[in-house]
Amino acid sequence: MNPTPHSAPAAPAAGEPPRLQLTGITKRYPAVVANDGVSLTVRPGEVHAVLGENGAGKSTLMKIIYGAVKPDAGQVLFDGRPVQVRNPQEARQLGIAMVFQHFSLFDTLTVAENVWLGQDKSVPLAEVERRIRATASEYGLDIDPLRPVHTLSVGEMQRVEIIRALLTAPRLLILDEPTSVLTPQAVDKLFVVLRKLAGEGCSILYISHKLHEIRALCTACTVMRGGKVTGVCDPSQESNASLSRMMIGAEPPQLAHRAQAPGEVVLRTRALSLPVADPFGVALIDVELAVRAGEVVGIAGVSGNGQKELLQALSGEDRRAEAAMVQLSGRNAGRLGPRRRRALGLHFVPEERLGRGAVPTMGLAHNLLLTRGDAVGAGGWLRMGRLREQARGIIERFQVKAGGPDAAAQSLSGGNLQKFIVGREIDAGPKLLIVAQPTWGVDVGAAAQIRGEILRLRDQGCAVLVLSEELDELFEICDRLHVLAKGRLSPSVPRAEATVARIGEWMSGLWHAEVQAHLGAGEVGHAQA
Amino acid sequence: MLKLEARPQASRLWSYGSPLLALAITVLIGVALFAALGKDPVRGLQVFFWEPVKSPYALGELALKATPLLLVALGLAVCFRSNIWNIGAEGQFVIGAVAAGGIALLADKTTGPWIVPAILVAGVLGGMAWAGITALLRDRFNANEILVSLMLVYVATLLLGYLVYGPWKDPMGYNFPQTRMFERVTQMPKLFAGSRVTIGLPLALAGSALLWVFLFRTRAGFALQVGGLAPAAARYAGFSSRRALWAALLISGATAGLAGALEVAGPIGQLTPYVPAGYGFAAIIVAFVGRLHPVGMVFSALLMSMFYIGGELAQSRLGLPKSLTGVFQGLLLFTLLACDTLIAYRVRWVGARGGLR
Repeated sequence: MNPTPHSAPAAPAAGEPPRLQLTGITKRYPAVVANDGVSLTVRPGEVHAVLGENGAGKSTLMKIIYGAVKPDAGQVLFDGRPVQVRNPQEARQLGIAMVFQHFSLFDTLTVAENVWLGQDKSVPLAEVERRIRATASEYGLDIDPLRPVHTLSVGEMQRVEIIRALLTAPRLLILDEPTSVLTPQAVDKLFVVLRKLAGEGCSILYISHKLHEIRALCTACTVMRGGKVTGVCDPSQESNASLSRMMIGAEPPQLAHRAQAPGEVVLRTRALSLPVADPFGVALIDVELAVRAGEVVGIAGVSGNGQKELLQALSGEDRRAEAAMVQLSGRNAGRLGPRRRRALGLHFVPEERLGRGAVPTMGLAHNLLLTRGDAVGAGGWLRMGRLREQARGIIERFQVKAGGPDAAAQSLSGGNLQKFIVGREIDAGPKLLIVAQPTWGVDVGAAAQIRGEILRLRDQGCAVLVLSEELDELFEICDRLHVLAKGRLSPSVPRAEATVARIGEWMSGLWHAEVQAHLGAGEVGHAQA
Repeated sequence: MLKLEARPQASRLWSYGSPLLALAITVLIGVALFAALGKDPVRGLQVFFWEPVKSPYALGELALKATPLLLVALGLAVCFRSNIWNIGAEGQFVIGAVAAGGIALLADKTTGPWIVPAILVAGVLGGMAWAGITALLRDRFNANEILVSLMLVYVATLLLGYLVYGPWKDPMGYNFPQTRMFERVTQMPKLFAGSRVTIGLPLALAGSALLWVFLFRTRAGFALQVGGLAPAAARYAGFSSRRALWAALLISGATAGLAGALEVAGPIGQLTPYVPAGYGFAAIIVAFVGRLHPVGMVFSALLMSMFYIGGELAQSRLGLPKSLTGVFQGLLLFTLLACDTLIAYRVRWVGARGGLR
């Protein structure tokens, strides 16, 4: 989305104390100092960004403010008075509300019942409904309080969480990565709500690592790196590059994207349809997809629109599809299990690293055995020397920071484990690589490295399919883009013709009218958004 | 103020230290227990920890009791490592004994020594069949294997009871509920003269070595453990969870059945209602105290065997009830579970003025 000029915040009255002031907050964990003398000042009516990579200490700081974690040292002032927030109940009494990245809603209850759960029980449910309607219309958060939560989209669930927070009439609202689950259009809507809220004097702490959002929305920004504050600035006065320097100490490297003609089709799905396997799953409907050698195809879309189901059907973890629905290099593979598909050259990097892509308590060398059989001899005999050698090679080639080939997978940081898993699959020399959320929760440096490796693989003639929620990432590495919405896959659009606005619209499933119009006009593929 | 603090990585030192600390605490509680019962604690400890190892004969008895414990625990370790909770090893032990006993009863004066391997194979197959019922019910109907395997223990015991009170009762046995004594030729060969130790001991030790190879040097063993540690990773890798279920239960059924065969055709020599001696349950403790590790379980089986013998000696020498064995076993398991906290956490002394309040 484009940065829109933001409304000026309510100017703080002269002499009014800051809404929240932290000084010298320090929190040590056994292996790491999560917060090291952190100071933060949030004025009334300010939208204050806390920017930093994963592991920079943002989450710990927010948990300290919300009373979920006790700091080892430091002082917290709220409205100029020193306070000791011992638990989230006390935080709420002070007027601090928090919307977590992962929602805490009961699927089987209605919106009103969910909100009621956290409220004073003396208020009748009907009154809660009335308040929800009032707040919803006041802030333009369109929601029906009587709908069960499991019928809501992720964006709507977030609205429920925000309304629940607003009903407590907060003086400070903390939002943790609120846009990670939203379409670009929904992000714009959220920003309108947040600006209105700030205009009324509520302070907002906005945690994110997305630079353009912070520049569009926030009026102040505290940047953290390695548990320390590395800069305080007005983000509207900064560029992405200067913010990035404060955040990671360097600008992310630019990727070279060479044009090349794609080769033969490696992966094809034909009318891939699968009914739901579990009550909260999504059915796949007529998914038509083709990935050629030497190209990167991206699938955009918000999680929960069939991504999990599509990936399992492609990887072989879900074998309910008919044989001809999934084809690998022209062979019907719909009924084959993961090992048979791997033998055909399909390698897959799943979204969940710990527990699916790797066994948390096992060493890196042993984790190679999940997908690699190079060190397995006759009769399934394991050659440990060769296995460790192989692990050492991957650690070295992909610059994984780990305590050697026997370090437990869970002892690695998210970024390093992802580098190891991506490395494990790339090192196998795949014909088709499927990667889900390649850089989810990965720091900027490692993310750039992983994207670079994916592009190099493409240049070597491998077919690559990437599923990601990060549009920026898809635009950076893909040759063609699809959108997956409500279990249906859109037609593909070349990257050069894709725009954020158009892909964003498609994320809501609105491509049929557009495609029809283009077919009628005989010029498929031109953006009209 | 003492405070538990999560370790970044599980402590290797304490994964070995914890069983030793647990043993030390068990001994301390034992001393207090003897004192409270008005017995000399030194004499009590002597009965439990010195008498079972003081002579070659005593050592033989120790090994004799440790053999079935180790065999059953080896199989259970495979199950527990693959996250399959077979609590019914006792039942598989009993059915192994029944099947072995059935073969042994076929022998007469003219039978050759081939009967010994036949007895062992029958025991293995019996145990596998009994564990197979659990696997089938779990596989086909998703029945809880904990409940099914445990309930099958009672079925197995009743089946044994039916046979020794009914069709297999010794007609010359003065109506005692027991079969006739097996022929001499069915007796498990003894290792040394003057000791009751049979070929079961080398079999169990070989089993321990085999298990080590299986778990740590074969892909099949690796796949089984991945299924237990991270089921989603096993699905991702393409390791079959059904195969893991069947393999783990059949292996543990086989070892329990083998232990049963070695018992009836060894020290017992006939089928009686007293064949189930609780080895199948005690082996659960053996498996966990031994860290589910093939070598660790050799030591824990010896320890548990010591408690068995110590309990019997305490009864005859000190006039204490035999259930003391169970008390010690339970104490050891409980203290072990408590000490295992140290693997994932470290204890820190936090001064009263340490933090911000």
